[in-house]
Amino acid sequence: MHPVRKKRLFVIMIILVLLGSVVSLIMYALQQNINLFYSPSQIVTGEAPYNANIRAGGMVVEGSVARDPETLAVSFEVTDFRHKVKIEFNGILPDLFREGQGIVAQGKLNSNGVFVATQVLAKHDEKYMPPEVTEALENAQNTSLNNTSNIQPTY
Amino acid sequence: MLPEIGQFSLILSLFFALSLAFVPLIGYWTGNRLLLETARPLTFIMSFLVLVSFVILGWSFAVDDFSVLYVSQNSNSQLPIWYKLSALWGGHEGSLLLWVLILVGWCSAVALKIKTLPKDIGPIVLSILGMVSLGFLAFLLFTSSPFVRLLPNAPADGGDLNPLLQDIGLIVHPPLLYMGYVGFSVAFAFAVAALITGSLNSSWARWARPWTAASWAFLTLGITLGSWWAYYELGWGGWWFWDPVENASFMPWLAGTALLHSLAVTEKRGVFKSWTVLLAIFTFSLSLLGTFLVRSGVLTSVHSFAADPTRGVFILTLLLILVGGSLLLYAVRAAQVRSSVSFGVTGREAWLLLNNILLTVLTLTVLLGTLYPLIFDALDLGKISVGAPYFNTVFTPIALLLIVFMAVGPLSKWHNTKPSVFLWPCLVSAVLSILISGVITFIYEFNLIAWLSLSVALWVVCLSFGDWFIKVSAGTKGIIPRARQLPRNYYGMLLAHLGIVVTLVGIVLVSLNSSESLLRLSPGDQASVAGYEFRFDALEQVKGPNYVADKGHFTAYKNGLPVAELHPEKRLFTTRQQVMTEAALDAGFTRDLYISLGEKLDGSAWGVRIYVKSFVRWIWLGGLMMMAGGLLAALDKRYKRRVNDHA
Repeated sequence: MHPVRKKRLFVIMIILVLLGSVVSLIMYALQQNINLFYSPSQIVTGEAPYNANIRAGGMVVEGSVARDPETLAVSFEVTDFRHKVKIEFNGILPDLFREGQGIVAQGKLNSNGVFVATQVLAKHDEKYMPPEVTEALENAQNTSLNNTSNIQPTY
Repeated sequence: MLPEIGQFSLILSLFFALSLAFVPLIGYWTGNRLLLETARPLTFIMSFLVLVSFVILGWSFAVDDFSVLYVSQNSNSQLPIWYKLSALWGGHEGSLLLWVLILVGWCSAVALKIKTLPKDIGPIVLSILGMVSLGFLAFLLFTSSPFVRLLPNAPADGGDLNPLLQDIGLIVHPPLLYMGYVGFSVAFAFAVAALITGSLNSSWARWARPWTAASWAFLTLGITLGSWWAYYELGWGGWWFWDPVENASFMPWLAGTALLHSLAVTEKRGVFKSWTVLLAIFTFSLSLLGTFLVRSGVLTSVHSFAADPTRGVFILTLLLILVGGSLLLYAVRAAQVRSSVSFGVTGREAWLLLNNILLTVLTLTVLLGTLYPLIFDALDLGKISVGAPYFNTVFTPIALLLIVFMAVGPLSKWHNTKPSVFLWPCLVSAVLSILISGVITFIYEFNLIAWLSLSVALWVVCLSFGDWFIKVSAGTKGIIPRARQLPRNYYGMLLAHLGIVVTLVGIVLVSLNSSESLLRLSPGDQASVAGYEFRFDALEQVKGPNYVADKGHFTAYKNGLPVAELHPEKRLFTTRQQVMTEAALDAGFTRDLYISLGEKLDGSAWGVRIYVKSFVRWIWLGGLMMMAGGLLAALDKRYKRRVNDHA
């Protein structure tokens, strides 16, 4: 082969190998680290997978926060006002975590239907609502409205 | 009355921006010198008017004029004066005004230095900057005016600044970050001006280089400060979260780094011309994309301003016009600037090409991870978030590879390098770095990744000093005169490269050698973390200017001797009833002690975070070194010369 062409081939080969490994690295990393969001209704109706990394969120139910007296373990319920899901967490909750506020948790759903969180996120501003939670609430509200309108009064 | 003058002044500056955007260009196309030379005065008047409205808004904050909606939303009469002033950029409208002020500041800087450019180019660069200013002034006036009044029912007091923002970090972080972000508009304007005039030669790259280096230095400092701020202010000791908005500032940084390097090739060898122009457009587009992501609320992020769809649409349109327009121009004109100089696979051109490929790949991986949730949502596949592990997995190996090559590149010569030039320095450095880091790894019982990363770090140190030594010991003159002869540019590069290494060491050690404990403690309890004993002495109630706080008293002991007293606080800001964690730090060169109060549990117990972070300061020290390197390169004497018009 002509030396110039040989050089070009060499460069192109290197770029291809590099690109190939980068693309496979990205594919691998994306597959491992995409966390889908599920609303309490989706979790209760069984749409969410068990033992996979997912995110869940909703409004923290008033009076549902229960702390372990000895450790940092805490549990609470979140709701989209149709269904409730229990979340367990071992750690320090963020400053803006409060009953009645919207939160998003990251973690896994165990086989008892309890969400075991590794991270709980509340937002930095009390006016702010995580968009996922807003949408989950809206969906829940829409379905409940549809359901009530379908029910004919029987009297 | 004053706020109306501020508003009016902004409207006037919009008209001057409009004139600046078109009059000099018309002058260029019709060959009318007079019109061309209006660029400079127009720029100064536009900048002055923006400055006037900025000062007026600052004044409204200082005198607590709560009849201005923006002031009433972001300030409070109880706020200390310096936070009142920095509250100016604590919300969307004011920070956008700061954005525009910095943009016109860069315009004026270019106008002041216009004599270093050929007669035609300078006004066109200003004209392009005028278009960008026009877009942002329109955005400010039509969707987010900070001067909207609440009359006649002005509130008695304001809603207060978000407590997270009541900090020195807010005073300095946004202005510096914007200096960098917006500064890339100058490189962008140079690129577009080059496409318009068709004079894309190596002197073009020489004008663009100091501007790019300066904005890069500011952006580096801004990002570094942001990371430092997040570390102590958010109360959980992280220094980088791969949050969409952090990524939004990091992507222009990566692209800007690539641009700095490709400009060097274009200047010295006249190759990569069209690529460099594309990169300049790309870098500024990423700055704009970042602005869009932060201000439209499309992504979930700690930085998000309250969402407003009209703003998102406006800025997306602006983005499309600027990026689309410049890319169209590029498509039409770039064919004329193909470079015909060839270079070998071992020449410095090739090394810098490799740098550009890897940096572009890094930018794209961050871009993909940041936008993936948006794409997913748009395709109705569900709501997702891309976790930090994605970025760590993809970013780390590519970045390490880049750093390995970063050390070798400076050894090379333009066009072609003899293999023997690399052989000895590389061999010696490789042996030295693997051995030394091996010993460190063995002593401190680090893992394999730490060994690898430390080797890479030492490799860069050895090769950088080796390269410097080879350069100064060549020739017959003594070492010191030779060392003084090397250009500032070179020392800037050396400093920035070593800065990368310092940051790398910081990142590796803080991730692998830190201890983090979440504990349940009551006053009187003790805990031991990483060889330190921490005693929770007492808890007291204190009162600040606009908050009340629980203040913890902790003492840290090492080998039975007290080394530090730490006072973390949990503050309740009375106006917003918002709770804030104020972490306590004992900073050190090799380790930070970090305590933050979590939540109050039952009785007297508190959830407490106690961290011992090793070498965390190095992350920001490296950032400072990179910034200094960038400034040094920007101030190289070569750029000061007046350019001959016929060059």
